[in-house]
Amino acid sequence: MTFQPPGQQGQPAPPGPSSPPVPALSLLGLAKRFGDKIAVDGISLDVPAGSFYGVVGPNGAGKTTTLSMATGLLRPDFGTALVHGVDVWQHPLEAKKLMGILPDGVRLFDRLSGEQLVTYAGLLRGMDREMVASRVAELLAALDLANDAGTLVVDYSAGMTKKIALASALIHAPRLLVLDEPFESVDPISAANIRDILDRYVSSGGTVIVSSHVMDLVQRMCDHVAVVAGGRVLAAGTVEEVRAGASLEDRFVQLVGGRNHTEGLEWLRTF
Amino acid sequence: MVAHLLRLKLTLLRNSVRRSPWQLVGLGIGALYALGIVAVCVAGLFVLRGVEIELAQTVVVLGGATALLGWAVIPVAVSAADMTLDPARFTTFAVPMPQLLAGLALGGLIGIPGLATSLVALATVGTWSRSLPAAAGALVGAVLGVLSCIVLSKVVTTATAGLASSRRFKDISSVAFLIPLVLTGPIVAGIARGIAGSGDFLTGLARALSWTPAGAAFSLGGELAAGSYAAATVKFLIAAATLAGLALAWKVLLQRALVTPPYAGTSKRRTGGTGLFGLLPATPAAAVAARSLYYWLRDPRYAGALVVVPLLPVLFLFQGSQSGFYGPFQFVGPLTAFLLAWSISTDVSYDSTAFALHVATGVRGADDRLGRALACLSFALPVAVLFSVGPFFFTGDWDKLPAVLGLCLGVLFTGLGLASVISARYTVSVPLPGDSPFKKPPGNVAQTLAVQFGGMAVLLVLVAPEAALVAAQFITGSSVPGWIALALGPVLGLTLFAVGVRTGGAWLDRRAPELLAQLAVNR
Repeated sequence: MTFQPPGQQGQPAPPGPSSPPVPALSLLGLAKRFGDKIAVDGISLDVPAGSFYGVVGPNGAGKTTTLSMATGLLRPDFGTALVHGVDVWQHPLEAKKLMGILPDGVRLFDRLSGEQLVTYAGLLRGMDREMVASRVAELLAALDLANDAGTLVVDYSAGMTKKIALASALIHAPRLLVLDEPFESVDPISAANIRDILDRYVSSGGTVIVSSHVMDLVQRMCDHVAVVAGGRVLAAGTVEEVRAGASLEDRFVQLVGGRNHTEGLEWLRTF
Repeated sequence: MVAHLLRLKLTLLRNSVRRSPWQLVGLGIGALYALGIVAVCVAGLFVLRGVEIELAQTVVVLGGATALLGWAVIPVAVSAADMTLDPARFTTFAVPMPQLLAGLALGGLIGIPGLATSLVALATVGTWSRSLPAAAGALVGAVLGVLSCIVLSKVVTTATAGLASSRRFKDISSVAFLIPLVLTGPIVAGIARGIAGSGDFLTGLARALSWTPAGAAFSLGGELAAGSYAAATVKFLIAAATLAGLALAWKVLLQRALVTPPYAGTSKRRTGGTGLFGLLPATPAAAVAARSLYYWLRDPRYAGALVVVPLLPVLFLFQGSQSGFYGPFQFVGPLTAFLLAWSISTDVSYDSTAFALHVATGVRGADDRLGRALACLSFALPVAVLFSVGPFFFTGDWDKLPAVLGLCLGVLFTGLGLASVISARYTVSVPLPGDSPFKKPPGNVAQTLAVQFGGMAVLLVLVAPEAALVAAQFITGSSVPGWIALALGPVLGLTLFAVGVRTGGAWLDRRAPELLAQLAVNR
C-alpha cells in the first residue's frame, strides 16, 4: 500500500507528551439554519488523532450537515472547524490537503470511467502523473474495481459508485478521512475489504470519521462514537464510555428516544 | 376494471396540473396548439367532401398512414412515451390481462395526441358523408384506424422498452432528434417541391397503401363512396386483422415484459486507460480541461449543442440560396463563436452536485475556470475560424473577411471570459445529469432568464468596439475598419478573457461552498 498516511512518511515527530496532542478534527459550536429549520444547533466535538470515530444519529439528525461544515463543503452560520489545528474556513486550501472526503448524496462526474474519475481527483489535487497512476491501480485493485476500471461510472451499481467515490477520497493519502455513510449499499465482501483498509490506515496513524445508521457496525469497527440527534451531540467519547455496559443500539435508542411501542395493526396477524 | 384505469389516468392528469399553475399553462398552450392543427385538418377534410373521390381518397389514406407512422416512431425517437400508465406499475396488482389491455389502450386516447388523432379521424366521416354506406364505412375505418395507431404505439414502446431504457440509446436518440428539428425548414421545402412534381406517384402510392395494414382502415369510406363493395369488404378484413394482430403482439410482449423488467445494458471495457488525462499535462487546469472535453463528447446535454453547430452553415446557406442574399451567411462564424463560448456559462450548473469534488479537493478557482474555457476553446477556435472564412468562398467578398474574422475572435474570447465569470457566481436551471436535453429543468426559470439575458446584454456591450468597426466597414465600404477589427478583436478579446478567468477564479475561491449550496437545491 502506497497510500499510507503521511504521518508515517518521515513527517516531523508528533508533539511530545508535554504539549496536549492536537485533535485531528475539532468542532466548536458549529451551527447551521436552513430557512426556519435549525439543522445543526451548536455542535462541539473533538476527534483525537489516530481514532476511528463513528457518528451515529437518526435520519435528519444533522450528521451530513455537520460533516459538510467540517470539511469545507457548507459554510457554517456559527462556529469553527479545525483540522489538525488548521481552520477549515480561514485556510480552506491547507485544510483540504489534510482531508479526504466522501460526501453523501452528491453526484459524481459519472461520464468518466472509474479509472478516469479517480485519476481526475488526484490531478485536481496537483499530484504528479506517475504517483497518481500507481495509486489508482492499487486502489482499484484493493476495492475490487479493477475489472470495471474502463466502465463509465454512470453504468456502475450503487455500491460500486460508493467505492469509486471512496477511492477518489483516498488518492492523496490524507491524514483525516471523513466518510459519510461509506457502507450504504456496499456488498458484505467489499465492506469487509474497506474495513480492512480503514483499520490498517488507522493503525498506521490516520484518523477516520464515519457516519452510519448501523449501530452494530459502529460498535465493532470504531473506538470512539458520538450520538447526534436534533442537531446536538447527546453523548460522545470512547465506545465503551458511551454504551456504558449496554449494547450501542440499546444505548442509542435510550438516548434518542422515539420508539413507539406498536399497538394496533392487529389485523395484520389475522391473514 | 377498465373504468378504474381510465379514472386513474384522468386523476393522474389532473394531479399533474395541480402541482403548479404553470403546468396548467403548459397544458393549455399545448392544447391550443393542437386545437389549431386539428381545426385546420378537420376543415380540410370537410372541404374534401366536394372534390372527386380519387383525390379525397389519396389525401385521407396518406394522412392515415402518416398518423400511424407518427404514433409508431415519435414516442421512441424523443424518449417521450406516455408512461403515466406504465404497465410495469401494475405487475403487483394481478389485473386480468384483457382488462389491462383494454384499459391501457383506451387510456391512450386521453391526452392531447390521442384526442387530436381521434377528432381528425372522425372528421373523415365528414369527407365521406356522400352516402350512408360511405359515412358508416368511414366511421368504422376511423375507429379501427385510431385504435391501430394507439396499439401500434404500445407495441413499439413495449418492444423497445429494453432498448429505450439503456443509457446509450437515450443519449444518442435525444441528440439525433435535434438534426431533423434544426433542418425542418429545408426538409419541408424539399418535400413540398417533391409533392408538387409527383401527383401521379402519390395517387399510386395511396392506392397501394390502401391494400396494406398501413392504409386499409382509412380507405374504407372512399371504397364505399366509389361503390366497390367487394374491395371494401377485403379492406375491412385487412384493417380488422391488423388491429387484432397488433393487439395480440402487444399482449405477448406485455406478458413477457411484466416478468422480465428491462435491464439497462452496460458498456464494459476492461482496460480503459485514462485517455486524455494521460495526454494533457498533469496540472489541475489541464485535468479540468480533459474532464470537460469528455463531457462535451459523452454528455448529451453538451453533445446536443455540438450537433447543432455543423448544421448552422447548412441552414444559412440554404436560406441564402433561397433568397439570393448571403448577408447572414457571412456572419455564421461569429454566431458559432458566440454559441460555443456562451455554452460554458452554464458549465457549473451542468456539473450539478458533482461540483463538490472541485470544492473538496480545493482546486484553485482560476484553474477551474481556465480548464473549462480551454476545453471549449480547443475546438471552438478552429471551428469558428473555419466558419468565418468558409462563406467567403461562396460570396467572393474577400475584403470583408478581416472584419468578420476580427469580430469572430473578439466574440469568442470575450464570450469565454464573460461566461467564466457568470458561471462562477450564478446558477441556472438546466436538465439534470442523465436527463434528456429536452426535459423541462427543475428550478427557478425567472433567474435563469435573468442570468442568460443579462449576460448576453453585457457581452453585447463588451464586443461593441469590434461590432462598430464591422458596421463601419459595411456602411462606408472602406476596408480600413476591417483590418483594425482584425487587430482589435484578438487583443481586446484575450485581455477580457484573462480578466474573466481571473475574476471568476477569485469569486470561486471565495464562494465555492455557496455555489455548491445553490446547486444542491436543484439536484
